[in-house]
Amino acid sequence: MNANTSRLAAAAGVAAALLLAGCERPPMESTQQGFRGTGMVDIQNPRILAARAAANVAPAPTPPAEPGSPPATSVYKNVQVLTDLSVNDFNRLMVAITTWVAPPDKACLYCHVEGKDLSEDNLYTKVVARRMLQMTRHINADWKKHVADTGVTCYTCHRGQAVPANYWTADPGPRTTRGLAGSRAGQNAAAQSVALASLPYDPFSPFLGGAQQIRVLAPQALPNGHEASIQQTEATYGLMMHISQALGENCTFCHNSRSFASWEGPPTRATAWYGIRMVRDLNAHYLEPLGKTYPAERLGPLGDAPKANCATCHQGMHKPLGGANMLKDYPALAAVGKVAVAAPVPEPVVVGEMVVVYFGVGSAALHDAAPKTLTTIVAKLKADPRAKATVSGYHSATGDAAANQELAKNRAVAVRDALKVAGIAEERVVLVKPIAVQANVAGEDPQARRVEVTVK
Amino acid sequence: MAMLSFERKYRVRGGTLIGGDLFDFWVGPFYVGFFGVTTIFFSILGTALIIWGAALGPTWNIWQISIAPPDLSYGLKLAPLKEGGLWQLITVCAIGAFVSWALREVEIARKLGMGLHVPFAFGVAIFAYVTLVVIRPLLLGAWGHGFPYGIFSHLDWVSNVGYQYLHFHYNPAHMIAVSLFFTTTLALALHGSLILSATNPKRGETVKGAEHENAYFRDLVGYSIGSLGIHRLGLFLALAAGIWSAICIVISGPFWTRGWPEWWSWWLDLPIWR
Repeated sequence: MNANTSRLAAAAGVAAALLLAGCERPPMESTQQGFRGTGMVDIQNPRILAARAAANVAPAPTPPAEPGSPPATSVYKNVQVLTDLSVNDFNRLMVAITTWVAPPDKACLYCHVEGKDLSEDNLYTKVVARRMLQMTRHINADWKKHVADTGVTCYTCHRGQAVPANYWTADPGPRTTRGLAGSRAGQNAAAQSVALASLPYDPFSPFLGGAQQIRVLAPQALPNGHEASIQQTEATYGLMMHISQALGENCTFCHNSRSFASWEGPPTRATAWYGIRMVRDLNAHYLEPLGKTYPAERLGPLGDAPKANCATCHQGMHKPLGGANMLKDYPALAAVGKVAVAAPVPEPVVVGEMVVVYFGVGSAALHDAAPKTLTTIVAKLKADPRAKATVSGYHSATGDAAANQELAKNRAVAVRDALKVAGIAEERVVLVKPIAVQANVAGEDPQARRVEVTVK
Repeated sequence: MAMLSFERKYRVRGGTLIGGDLFDFWVGPFYVGFFGVTTIFFSILGTALIIWGAALGPTWNIWQISIAPPDLSYGLKLAPLKEGGLWQLITVCAIGAFVSWALREVEIARKLGMGLHVPFAFGVAIFAYVTLVVIRPLLLGAWGHGFPYGIFSHLDWVSNVGYQYLHFHYNPAHMIAVSLFFTTTLALALHGSLILSATNPKRGETVKGAEHENAYFRDLVGYSIGSLGIHRLGLFLALAAGIWSAICIVISGPFWTRGWPEWWSWWLDLPIWR
């Protein structure tokens, strides 16, 4: 071997060592998640898993309270949420919440002021804590499709900290120079929110703050009627990167990448689907409205309240706290909420020449925004007295076919009635035979429950 | 097939690795040799096994036929034929046929007193295949990590394995391999066009040689790698592309389990700008 060759070999060795220095080492653990040979496999580093498990341990439960004490409402004033507890259960829960959430140096005084009555709402923290109790009960009662019977407690997010480690506020982006040169178009920042990729760094505002359509795949191979832009697609991928990062899993944990839109992949995707709707519900109805309650230092740089994303609970595990069921030791947090809030029904939309109106599960009630969306159809019908409107109802292929067809018909009739109210004669509205949607697995897809209106 | 008049003088005895003179003969234009026999044996057996696997499967659609490796639960053991055992036998046949072919190339090179560059180059392709179906599965502890033998199914496998690392384009070895593949086509295009331009003079002009070729690139970019050098460079680029492809898949899983974008955090954390 001459000097040049050995120098070259040494350089190659150094390069290989550098490449591997940033890596992990075998052996790894792998789990099969689909038919053999499809590449539906989850490969995890057992050493990383062990460290993660050690960082996500549920605290031991406190001993149960003595039974037979009077109702909490007979002892304390201003009890608004935990009205169904005995005073002993109430006190036990308060002590638990103090260790789960309040800073140790403040303890009870994090929410209550010394020398003042416990019932007074002097501090914002107490108002927030009350709302969070309502939220926890709401999650455990109405979002079982995501949290199952494991449920959530304050500890799921807080982990002994007053502010959970993972939350989001609207992201103004990194500081850049002014003008065209400084325009990042909301991306290329190697942001933690998108697992250090170049994808748009605030996937939360549109998808978890708002309810922007996540699905971007065209329903067919050719791009006919394909409406999602590259930007929308990258935003969706950004959200998916966040979910992967938050759960410590990869894309194939939920999807067979053969078709991201198809529900043929692992059932975990249905759980995730409900999770996204749950987070939207919590952000819209519980967390964002608290912006008026928080002091300024708790708000984000753009003045909005801290909100939840997948990492808020999951913290790197696909089951928060490794799936530990803390709720069974604190049933007070699982008390049934009064109103079961179903997954929200999407707004009606205009798709080219067509208006699509969506409906709730088993419901033929028209969306509030439907009459407004139908105005384009009404205008066309008024402009051309010979034109007719075609109304076709779709229903899920699962469940009782006759009942589904009846429901689809009732939905179409509801749309016809809305057109009638807008001044269109009944005989100008043609009702088409209901159509079954095969792709709708177990009715999870709200897009399947729809009525399409066109003018012919 | 008729033999050209000058061909006979290159058909010399010897140079075999195994079998001595036993298989040292030609069939038509093809040299046989011991490894010609083993190549035929493994290819026919492997192809027959693929056809049998297709017959057991749900379809004769050429695009959808797939011979899948065993479930991960079989680990590094043999699986029943219908549950991945066929894949294991076909893999043995494939490696047997590829290696036989490479050794047949060695024998021909020895006969002709030439270098071993051709079998070496083919060996790199075999190495890339073996990395996918042997080395990586061994490192991960199950034959089920190999890719399925099917036109669409192996593409689905590539897609799913890529998405296991969130964004495969951030894999540093993948970046190098892709760059080398493109550079290979660049070098081949520059070389091919240069040779054709030298050998296609205008009517009345003579065919140009290496001096003109070198002058052309010296005028254009200040440097010409030379008529031998371009072939060294081309071979290096092509083989390096294959080697880095093998590296990029063998590190995905055995040496890295997270998203590839995250691997670059060392770059983001460099003390000069962190």
